[in-house]
Amino acid sequence: MSPRAAWRLESLGFSQVFDYAAGEADWFASGLPREGREASVPRVADIVRRDVPTCRVDDRVGDVRDRVRAAGWDTCVVVNHEQVVLGRLRSQELAADAERRVEEAMEAGPTTVRPNVRLSELAGRMGAEDMSSFLVTTSDGRLVGLVD
Amino acid sequence: MPTEVNREDVQRLLTAGAQLVDVLPAAEYAAEHIAGAISLPLKKLDRETAARLDSSRPVIVYCWDYQ
Repeated sequence: MSPRAAWRLESLGFSQVFDYAAGEADWFASGLPREGREASVPRVADIVRRDVPTCRVDDRVGDVRDRVRAAGWDTCVVVNHEQVVLGRLRSQELAADAERRVEEAMEAGPTTVRPNVRLSELAGRMGAEDMSSFLVTTSDGRLVGLVD
Repeated sequence: MPTEVNREDVQRLLTAGAQLVDVLPAAEYAAEHIAGAISLPLKKLDRETAARLDSSRPVIVYCWDYQ
């Protein structure tokens, strides 16, 4: 929609037109200011923990475990170089053989939620899916953080 | 040709005086929008409504995401 609007503005004589294609989904995911009737409704983006540890598929589980525990966490998100979520290591996977590669131990395709989900909806999903935490990602799969 | 920009570019352009335009339907704008944006729905975008904008300043348009 925004590309068409950008081109339309150019056709109307505007010469400096920019398209923020990632849009408000990207803006809200980053916790930046919003306005409007529903702007004060608490969302996942308001409570997401953005400092969740990350690792790569080629890392050694033992190395990741030491780093994650030293940081006070019991979970680690497996991402690629684009910060796209590939998997997750929970406490049980972190307890795997230290010499294994993350790729061999991780939970593939972990459940995620979007940053704009209302907290009331999140609570419902946690109950329905018997989950105590979710990874938070953008619509293109990039990690935002963890909510628990 | 419109230039695609990211979040950091948007913040920099706004600081420099750019105008931010939400092109989603008015009801969606009323529910929630980026702080400081004005509403100019795509379906109502024409010469008359665009006159609200200052053509001498940069304009950033956005919708929900890559739709």
